[in-house]
Amino acid sequence: MISLTSPVKTRAHDWPAGLKLAGLCASTLGLFYITSPYAHLAILLAILAAYAAPGRAFLRSGLRSLKVLWPFIVIVGIWQVVIGEIADGLMIVMRMISAVALANLVSMTTRLSDMIAVVNWLSTPLRKLGMPTQVLEIAIALVIRMVPVLMGKGTRLTESWRARATRRPSWRLVLPFTLLALDDADHVGDALRARGGLTSERES
Amino acid sequence: MEKNVALIALFAALIAVLGLIPKITLGFGVPITAQSLGIMLAGAVLGSKRGALAVLLFLLLVAVGLPLLAGGRGGLGVFAGPTAGFLFSWPVAAWLTGFIVEKWRQPPLALSVFVAAILGGIVLSYAMGIVGLSLALGKSLTESTSLMLVFIPGDLIKAAIAGALTSALAKARPSSVLSRA
Repeated sequence: MISLTSPVKTRAHDWPAGLKLAGLCASTLGLFYITSPYAHLAILLAILAAYAAPGRAFLRSGLRSLKVLWPFIVIVGIWQVVIGEIADGLMIVMRMISAVALANLVSMTTRLSDMIAVVNWLSTPLRKLGMPTQVLEIAIALVIRMVPVLMGKGTRLTESWRARATRRPSWRLVLPFTLLALDDADHVGDALRARGGLTSERES
Repeated sequence: MEKNVALIALFAALIAVLGLIPKITLGFGVPITAQSLGIMLAGAVLGSKRGALAVLLFLLLVAVGLPLLAGGRGGLGVFAGPTAGFLFSWPVAAWLTGFIVEKWRQPPLALSVFVAAILGGIVLSYAMGIVGLSLALGKSLTESTSLMLVFIPGDLIKAAIAGALTSALAKARPSSVLSRA
């Protein structure tokens, strides 16, 4: 599966993922404490510059993932003009774009494997408490593997619906689809068990 | 153990695939996706604990950068955006839906799931989502609520579908509805 990590290599790809995530948390929180519109404008311009720095392809794919914010920008824009507090509206819009853009920037510059390494590191305290965290790793791998498998099955269900019916496929397909997924879960469960199970302890 | 992990992982994948189904646009121009149907189903079919874990696993994969949300969105940005409250509500919504289906056994399964999905997937989910929206947009709670009202009819339809599907599932394979096992 294709992750959202940008194929355009940047220097930030090599920064430690944990540090990037911690920085993201701190700066997102910080955004909500800054009230000056000028400060927000400066932050937004700095973030846009960071998007532009690695080149045109990076900038374009970055801006594409910000497009989902348009409806909210329009709503806030109209609202603030109506109530006459335009400076406030500008600040809210800039803060919203900065928060999302910053987070996307971290996603775009961090490889999936690095992210999962951070997840594993975060689960260390649980492991120390005796919880089997390798289960989480298996579960992540299972989902990544099963999404395309289920997609294939869904496509086949849709095709057979189209072969039989003249109407468009409806929500009714979700039932056989869920049944297929539950059957798969049965088989995967058996397979995991047959390969020695997930926990090191053996049943007596 | 293995069985539960497989069920949780498969349902997380199911929620992802439901998000890839093209959007249906309601009569009055509001798009709805099947992804939140997956959240309701996770609770109703797997039960409270497994349902919530399946949704958490799904969100974890979105957070680490897989584009699994409806419309191919994903990454950390969606958790910082105006609709993040809804994402954070999903595990709790699945848990509450499952919890109600587990405890409220007198009515027919379809009705029990319908009500549970309304309370978990609509009331609770919108409550958290609207708080997030009002924080991000700097609007009051009532103003933010009015922005979201258009989506409620679609979600009511999804709650009804979740009820019908779960009861059909119970007929087709009684052992598969774990919230009633």
